[in-house]
Amino acid sequence: MGTSSARDESDGTRQFRIWRGDADGGGLRDYRVQVNEGEVVLDVIHRLQATEAPDLACRWNCKAGKCGSCSVEINGMPKLACMTRMSTFAEDETVSVTPLRTFPIVRDLVTDVSFNYTKARETPAFAPPPQLAPGEYRMQQVDVERSQEFRKCIECFLCQDTCHVIRDHEPNKEAFAGPRYFIRAAELDMHPLDARTDRQAYAQSEQGLGFCNITKCCTEVCPEHIKITDNAIIPMKERVVDRRYDPIVRLGSKIFRRGQDGSPAQGGEQTVNTAKTPTGAVHSHAGGSHDQRAELEAQRGVNWHREVPRPSMPAVDAKGKLPLTELTFDRPAAPSPFGDDVKFPLPVENLNFAHPQQDS
Amino acid sequence: MTERIERHHYDVVVIGAGGAGLRAAIEARLAGKKTAIISKSLFGKAHTVMAEGGAAAAMGNVNSRDNWQVHFRDTMRGGKFLNNFRMAELHAKEAPARIWELETYGALFDRTPDGRISQRNFGGHEYPRLAHVGDRTGLELIRTLQQKIVSLQQEDKREFGSYDARIRVFAETTITRLLLDGDRIAGAFGYYRESGDFVLFEAPSVVLATGGVGRSYKVTSNSWEYTGDGHALALRSGATLINMEFLQFHPTGMVWPPSVKGILVTESVRGDGGVLKNSDGKRFMFDYVPDVFRKQYAETEAEADRWYTDPDNNRRPPELLPRDEVARAINSEVKAGRGTPAGGVYLDIASRLPAEEIRRRLPSMYHQFKELADVDITAEPMEVGPTCHYVMGGVEVDPDSARAFGHVHGLFAAGEVSGGMHGSNRLGGNSLSDLLVFGKRAGGHAATYVEKLAARPKVALGEVEAAVEEALAPLTRETGESPYALQQDLQVVMGDLVGIIRRRAELQDALARLAELRERVAKVSAAGGRRYNPGWHLALDLQNMLLVSECTALAALEREESRGGHTREDFPAMDPHWRSVNLVCALDDDRVRLTRKPVPAMRPELIGLFDRGELSKYLTDEELNDVDALATQADAAEVVN
Repeated sequence: MGTSSARDESDGTRQFRIWRGDADGGGLRDYRVQVNEGEVVLDVIHRLQATEAPDLACRWNCKAGKCGSCSVEINGMPKLACMTRMSTFAEDETVSVTPLRTFPIVRDLVTDVSFNYTKARETPAFAPPPQLAPGEYRMQQVDVERSQEFRKCIECFLCQDTCHVIRDHEPNKEAFAGPRYFIRAAELDMHPLDARTDRQAYAQSEQGLGFCNITKCCTEVCPEHIKITDNAIIPMKERVVDRRYDPIVRLGSKIFRRGQDGSPAQGGEQTVNTAKTPTGAVHSHAGGSHDQRAELEAQRGVNWHREVPRPSMPAVDAKGKLPLTELTFDRPAAPSPFGDDVKFPLPVENLNFAHPQQDS
Repeated sequence: MTERIERHHYDVVVIGAGGAGLRAAIEARLAGKKTAIISKSLFGKAHTVMAEGGAAAAMGNVNSRDNWQVHFRDTMRGGKFLNNFRMAELHAKEAPARIWELETYGALFDRTPDGRISQRNFGGHEYPRLAHVGDRTGLELIRTLQQKIVSLQQEDKREFGSYDARIRVFAETTITRLLLDGDRIAGAFGYYRESGDFVLFEAPSVVLATGGVGRSYKVTSNSWEYTGDGHALALRSGATLINMEFLQFHPTGMVWPPSVKGILVTESVRGDGGVLKNSDGKRFMFDYVPDVFRKQYAETEAEADRWYTDPDNNRRPPELLPRDEVARAINSEVKAGRGTPAGGVYLDIASRLPAEEIRRRLPSMYHQFKELADVDITAEPMEVGPTCHYVMGGVEVDPDSARAFGHVHGLFAAGEVSGGMHGSNRLGGNSLSDLLVFGKRAGGHAATYVEKLAARPKVALGEVEAAVEEALAPLTRETGESPYALQQDLQVVMGDLVGIIRRRAELQDALARLAELRERVAKVSAAGGRRYNPGWHLALDLQNMLLVSECTALAALEREESRGGHTREDFPAMDPHWRSVNLVCALDDDRVRLTRKPVPAMRPELIGLFDRGELSKYLTDEELNDVDALATQADAAEVVN
């Protein structure tokens, strides 16, 4: 410790490209900065502030990965600047630091994240059980643990930044709350004493849960390793489907079988395009896009430079409704949240999953 | 004046959006008052999130013998009897209700097997007392309060059609001045960080909840926000500060790598066998066992090592001395040139336990060093040193109402910015409960104050103009020094001369240097424009840091004893005569004036909670005579009955 040898020959400076500018425009600026052993990207930003760029704007607070303030994109990847060690880059590597792309620029690395606070305000708060006085709450540890996982969230908004439903699709923001608020809904849904029973319905109808096509990018960037997709989004989607399922519907669907093919799909805004699910096609790894190139890339693991598939609405019928809410649904059970064309177990060579601890 | 200033009218303005501020705001809003919350950072990022251990409250869920009297006693002991007893009493009595209330806001604490809130042991607490959520209790607290505010806003939206109708959060907003009408609070003036635009709040009452002062120190566990803003705002508006000499330094903060300097290393590393070594590889703590502790601590390494497995027949290793002793020892080793390259000492557990065992016993520490520092603590030693953690001192307040003393009306303070509650040393876990208990009180009493007000104080135009000029000054100067350089110099002065161990000559030197810095800070210049310009923000914060540092240095020079968070090398013992003295700072035309004031005397029934043997360690002979007289009276009364 303290005397690593590898770096002694160089002059200890590194090449940085940092986005400078404001809402009116800006660009990447090059900086040559002294980097000492053991430093993180935020240290380098602080050194720049103390030397050649005193007005370089950057948010930060705790510097220990606990407050979620210093979210930026480092070499294109959404990250906390205080948790990105300089030793993870090659010595001759240029490190680029840019603001979160999903949110409007304020200045330099600072973005206007008020979108998140707006969505937070729209999510109905915890409803205390009316019959219990303070001090009378009794819950089992196993029951609170499910919600506690989501309450680990430090609100760094990296999941919001990376979510491709809104990342490059400004108009989707209106109808889509994003992963941060899906886990909030899931947390309240799983809260043992929350008095509201409509959390899933709310997530579906008001938060735009249906837009999510489970690409797991949010889970991948979460610095708290919350399993956003597996433990919140998928269970919420499953239960939404459960709830909408009804024995009468099941009977009706047996009598009036009707295929989905050929039913007109309804697109909302211009960013939401029509998607037909070709029957008999293989499972889609790229968010149900069935785009060849995206599929191949998705199967190789998450590639941060890929063209992300555009968000799509599920196929709907002439009335613009999902078939599963119709009497005429063609299957005698709730459809799989993974799509109708997926058979389990999945072929091993197609699995696309990275365990959060995998690379540490 | 050409400057455009946004104006708002509120009943209560709460400055600070940590635990105390949010709890105060909730209370003021529940009392029907139009409330503004000023947050220096984004909403929900406050320093409260850093608290790990838990919130102390005598709920008796784990040990039913716990009650408020025991908690009160622990708090007074921890503070070495310098605490404001009434605050400690209210805190111990009300903490359980404040914790239970959080559950109705949606908080999810860890549970006991019978489904109640689990409580954990902590240093200085007689029974398991800390309500907790793993090691992220502070985050749970802030998120819960944040979400409660959202729920109040949703109520207002239903009733009035706007979320902001009665409670609004002003994120990334800094207050630079409190405005007065005579000696009454009339408003607060500040700027939005994002735009650099100015904003004026006209409000008859202000609650300060701005936290601590740690950013004046080189090594600190505090974030950039901790620049003593509330302390300085209070002083400038005529309020007083007490106990400013008492700062809590944690003996083992990380010192390497630089990016994590100051972050805490939990005491359990030492409890589980970690030893402190200097750069010669020597286990130096054996040289630093003070006489009073000699009997309880091992004299040889062999004996110390046997203690971990057989604590009944061996004495404790000296690494487990109280925090101030360990910090003092580390400090001496470093000053003697036997420190590590990064200016600390080695904390070695790697050579003491098998790797597997370390990972099992200290998972969070293993994770913290691995992730933050890329150091494998199972293979190499950690570098640690004392880190500035908490300021016990702060705004002198009335215990019941949290109203600031001095000659100002309408000012309230709660949380770390207020003083008195923790005396000379804070117990772990008492901070989170302090925030809730006194946050609620401050918010409630601020609302009552507004209620009783016959006429609203008026903001004077001249004062606003002066505030604008003052705020813009660093941007208009071109020749002054950089605020970053000045902050660094201030940190050096405070860290080296008013740090953990203090000496008269060094404190005098510090005061001279602070006076010099004051001249330089007055001419500070910030490059760039007004939009989100951190250099400018720091230039403005510097004035607060400097003022508060002066208070600390002055009070530290005056108090000629060692007690809790104040250690004088030239006066190493605790002196009972100093126990009854509070040092009070006030501002006289820009100069800090220090006066002595007696510590309020405990009520007889509270003194009766302690046995005489314990009291005799802290009280003077005269005070003990009074205690004995009370006891005799009580006995006599009993006989009569």
